Amino acid sequence: MNITATPALPLGDDALILSHRLGEWAGHAPVLEEEVALANIALDLLGQARVLLSLAGDEDELAYLREERQFRNLQLVEQPNGDFAHTIARQLYFSTYQELLFDHLAPTDSELAPLAGKAVKEVAYHRDHAHQWTLRLGDGTDESHTRMQRALDSLWQFTGELFEPVEGLETVPWSALHDDWTTRITATLEQATLTVPEGPRHGAWRAGAGRQGLHTESFGRLLAEMQHLHRSHPGATW
Amino acid sequence: MTTPRPADTAATTAAPTDWPLWEVFVRSRRGLSHTHAGSLHAPDAEMALRNARDLYTRRSEGVSIWVVPSAQVTASSPDEKDSFFEPAGDKPYRHPTFYEIPDGVHHL
Repeated sequence: MNITATPALPLGDDALILSHRLGEWAGHAPVLEEEVALANIALDLLGQARVLLSLAGDEDELAYLREERQFRNLQLVEQPNGDFAHTIARQLYFSTYQELLFDHLAPTDSELAPLAGKAVKEVAYHRDHAHQWTLRLGDGTDESHTRMQRALDSLWQFTGELFEPVEGLETVPWSALHDDWTTRITATLEQATLTVPEGPRHGAWRAGAGRQGLHTESFGRLLAEMQHLHRSHPGATW
Repeated sequence: MTTPRPADTAATTAAPTDWPLWEVFVRSRRGLSHTHAGSLHAPDAEMALRNARDLYTRRSEGVSIWVVPSAQVTASSPDEKDSFFEPAGDKPYRHPTFYEIPDGVHHL
């Protein structure tokens, strides 16, 4: 497999893996309308993944024939869906990050600029969707508040990785992005009567960093399911 | 999917009244007026708008969406059809057809 060293690979992996996770909600979302919304977001992300992975090599080979250690996605996006609050917390953390990153990349002369310029509108919608649901769950019933806070707390340890510099994106002001991200997340959580989680941004038990190909336990099962058909019928076309 | 997932999310068991019905009206990019596109369930107007955007516009740019709680729509009754809609066909004096159009008016 011919893989070009490009920042498109880690960003494409983020979009691919999160898209797969959201696809798992099909038929299981709390209401029909939300099902459509999650599927929409999954499709947007899959579209981004296709463009990005194509910059790095053959998109199908990259998606279906790489081993776990060769994936460069953030550990955040590979986390299981959990309950609806977990999915929304994951979306809030990630889409806020993605919106800031694409906003920065769009006007540059990076090879990712065309994709970023196009995707930034999609991502703004994803962030709005997560923001709206965070407000409703956080400021909803006692039960939904508890679940939303629990989801935010349990995924917090994966947010430190968002701002570790990505190879090939040296011009991105990561610490400024981090500050903007914290400001936005804080504003949303305060409005939702929730508390910004405390504690380390990297869990002590954590295997390592997704960007280096070190992933959490559930990622292997995700890959097994995603790649099963392609690996069972090598060379098939569809 | 065989992954176990908590099946007790609150919304699954929500009473229909928590997710009332909304009517959706969409004006397409070159459209002149809003047209009734369909209906959907949503907990409030903001979510109704977003759901309508996903369900009825496929996010094409430049469209306008109205959402209205179905309960706010008062409809004419089919039973009163005759008295409502056929009042004046045989009364020409009810129609403004007896005026001379001045020569200078072209676009009336």
